[in-house]
Amino acid sequence: MDENALGLLPEILLLAGAVLGLAAGAFLPRERQGIVAWICGTALAAELAATVAASGGPPGMSFAAYAVDPPTHVARGVVGVATLAVVVLARGWARGHRREAEVYVLLLLAALGTILLAGSGDLLVLVPAYLLASVPAYALAGFGKDARGTEAALKYYLMGAFLGVLMLAGVTLLYGLSGTTAYLPMGERLPGAPGAAVACAAVLLLAGMLFKAGGVPAHFWVPDVTEGTSRVIATFVTTVPKIGAFVALYRVAAEIFPGVADRWSLIVAILATATMTLGNLAAFHQDNVRRLLAYSTVSQAGYLLVPVAVAAHGGLGRTAVLFYVAAYAVTNLGAFAVVVAAGRDTLAGYAGLARRSPGLALALVVCLLGLVGTPPTAVFVGKVLVLAAAWDGGYGWLAVVVVVNTAASVFYYLRWIVPVYWRAPADAGAGGGVGRVATGVACLAAVISVLLGCASGAVVTHG
Amino acid sequence: MLSVVVFLPLAVAAVVLAVPALRGRAALGAWIAAASADLVLVAIMWIGYRGGLGYETRLRWIPTLNAGYHVGVDGLSLPLMALTAVLYLLCAIYSLRETTRVRAYAALFLFLETASLGLFAAQDLLLFFVFFDLSIVGMYFVIAGWGHGERARSALKFFLYTFVGSLALLLGFIGLYLGGEPHTFDLVDLTRKPPFAAAPGAAALVLLAVAAGLAVKTPTFPVHTWLPPAHTDAPAAGSAILAGILLKMGTYGFARVAMPVLPGAWQRYAWVVVAVGLVSVLYGALVALAQENLKRLIAYTSVNHMGYIVLALGAAGAAGGATGARELAVTGAVTQMVSHGLVTGALFLLSGVFWDRARAYDLGRYGGVAERAPVFARLTAVAAFASLGLPGLSGFIAEFQIFAGVIGTGLTGAVVAGALAVLGILITAALFLRLLHRVFLGRPGELTPLVSDVRGHELGAIAPLLVLSVLVGVVPRPLLALIEPASAAIVSFLTGR
Repeated sequence: MDENALGLLPEILLLAGAVLGLAAGAFLPRERQGIVAWICGTALAAELAATVAASGGPPGMSFAAYAVDPPTHVARGVVGVATLAVVVLARGWARGHRREAEVYVLLLLAALGTILLAGSGDLLVLVPAYLLASVPAYALAGFGKDARGTEAALKYYLMGAFLGVLMLAGVTLLYGLSGTTAYLPMGERLPGAPGAAVACAAVLLLAGMLFKAGGVPAHFWVPDVTEGTSRVIATFVTTVPKIGAFVALYRVAAEIFPGVADRWSLIVAILATATMTLGNLAAFHQDNVRRLLAYSTVSQAGYLLVPVAVAAHGGLGRTAVLFYVAAYAVTNLGAFAVVVAAGRDTLAGYAGLARRSPGLALALVVCLLGLVGTPPTAVFVGKVLVLAAAWDGGYGWLAVVVVVNTAASVFYYLRWIVPVYWRAPADAGAGGGVGRVATGVACLAAVISVLLGCASGAVVTHG
Repeated sequence: MLSVVVFLPLAVAAVVLAVPALRGRAALGAWIAAASADLVLVAIMWIGYRGGLGYETRLRWIPTLNAGYHVGVDGLSLPLMALTAVLYLLCAIYSLRETTRVRAYAALFLFLETASLGLFAAQDLLLFFVFFDLSIVGMYFVIAGWGHGERARSALKFFLYTFVGSLALLLGFIGLYLGGEPHTFDLVDLTRKPPFAAAPGAAALVLLAVAAGLAVKTPTFPVHTWLPPAHTDAPAAGSAILAGILLKMGTYGFARVAMPVLPGAWQRYAWVVVAVGLVSVLYGALVALAQENLKRLIAYTSVNHMGYIVLALGAAGAAGGATGARELAVTGAVTQMVSHGLVTGALFLLSGVFWDRARAYDLGRYGGVAERAPVFARLTAVAAFASLGLPGLSGFIAEFQIFAGVIGTGLTGAVVAGALAVLGILITAALFLRLLHRVFLGRPGELTPLVSDVRGHELGAIAPLLVLSVLVGVVPRPLLALIEPASAAIVSFLTGR
């Protein structure tokens, strides 16, 4: 058994950053709390550096319960980068707030929970990771203490608590069926267990995971939180938790349920179909861009569930999950960064954005077309991988469902692009500026999304 | 060399967008310079081409999927690349007077040029698809941003239709990838060892997906309904590119992907393709006859002309036909692609003159234009005659080869289809003569006083297209010498050598 704590160096760095940030925040005067952002940013940068350093090593387990392998490295990297971007965005929003330091610390803790979720190789690590990823996010959702934010936080919390309990029940059931909580031994013993009980446990376990992933039927919090909380936090909760959730889902699929793959695949395939279809249908007539993007993230979760469904088949499943999750995170972050920069929530508010800020408009177009899956953006390559994985895994019909949904999604993404370019601003003069930093983040995300698509070969081979 | 040709316009587009000094005329100048440089490079490539797959570059892109950056040219792609380079340059010249958001306009067209050239050079399915989709995105912005009338609606219709088609295509490509042994997206490898040789059912499904995607782009009956509104509301240069280059991506895809990679399925379903082509020919011609709007009329003649190509490619696939005739049909199809690009490009640029002067395309509101604009009338007459296939012009060479090839296969079905398709020529002849008669002859219409003769930049853009059409019509040898080996290769894939 490897008990080398240095294998967990990236996680330890994040924890240290959070603790240091919390301590510093308690002593710093309000106008100098920005230092905490620097502390947290440094911790994230150090975490990324440690991940890069560790990613060359052979895959293995730490303490027999935490996997240190390529999926974990990818989760560490993507969560680190995404959280770093959110910290940069949050600096503009939280500056001067009475509890500014707490924002950064909570972001860091939620990111840590997400990474642990992705890396856990034992259900007893998965459950605390779920809580660590969720609880700071509840606090962040209600951070503004306004009516809508509070309602969002309450909904988020109740849903998370309820589904978390279901997940605990699933964990208990699985332990009862297999006599272990570690993924791999459990996977060996489950084929001998009663089929109905295993299916029941799978559904219960999925409840909690889908809450983090924002998949149907645990998606109800997504639009309300995205609309109710501040724009920066909306960026975070729709991007980062998904990364951990899908890597964890993949791991569960590939390590716990490969012996009962038929049943698992069917359940997840049905959930995937429901998730992408409902997400797309609900997004169709949204006039609020935050709700539109929220439902778009639901449909993206549906696409991501496809490789999870066929994970046991091997082949392209793992590459598809990891690449798509990274591509999604970058692209979704870019789209939300545009919302943060523009500071508007209605589609009409984006009229004439191309004239006010051509760079921001271009970034929006690249990110939205990226979410559609237009080449050569990263999500396109992700989608090709997903389709190939589905077809190869014997789920050709699921590939067709993905394609049909993609075609349908074009409509609402274009609804947003049209006013940006071809409608004069409704409130001329009151157009107002756009956030400089957020614009920079949005443009950077758009560029990375294109580069990631073009250079996907190098990335995929390395992963 | 080939990569430079493909990506030069994109690089210039980036420069145009990035350098604030390049606005107005300077942006147009950069556009023309880039398009000219590309044309020169393509001409050098043509001269230096020595048969086979020339100017090949093969790099790894996504090794997990065996997809690579693999480009190369042969007798099928080189004529279309030359057409692309010519048409984009002439559209740049035509747009010299453009005044709205010139920088973005120039950058967008340069971007589209890269997408078009890249598609014709791609030897990898995924790369082909990337350029296929980029062309849709680029054209969407051209129509929505610089069109007129109900441009947002037309652009959306165009985008949704062709994007859905492209997704079917993607599904088909993934099918080909999984059917290949080993799994690969590389066209050359797939052609060498066609997938699904032992699984006709799967091959039929994959062919259905690929053909559906390409048929939308071509467009053939019954998935052509996006074309007339897109053309009507697009700016003249956009229409010329859409008809001249983007439609060819569909027919090129049939010849490049569907026929060599799925030879068995193509032969089995050749009669379906023939039928679709025949219906497109007749339906396009008949509907065009009934049009009152000039651009819609030209759009429907495009459906008709693309129908000939599909018909020829279908007949070339029909098993049992004489090999020589099948090769002739494919050669005719490729020649028709080039000819249609030249002639329809010219026709759309000419229709842009009407819009520029009088803001209307209604045939009924013009009349006697020849008297006020003699040069304009002559140019339109030449373009119309080229389009209806008068001997001495490129359309004749193409259509003659198609009919000779289709009927020459000696199969009863092909002979009947060929004979019926000749009716299409008759109808187009009638409609073009009617068009010339109504617009240019007779008594002046209400808008006729607004129509002045063509200006320098318009003449400079349209005349070369017609000169090239005459050149192809009179001395077709250099072009045919380039195409014939490629069509022989395609037919040899079908017959299994």
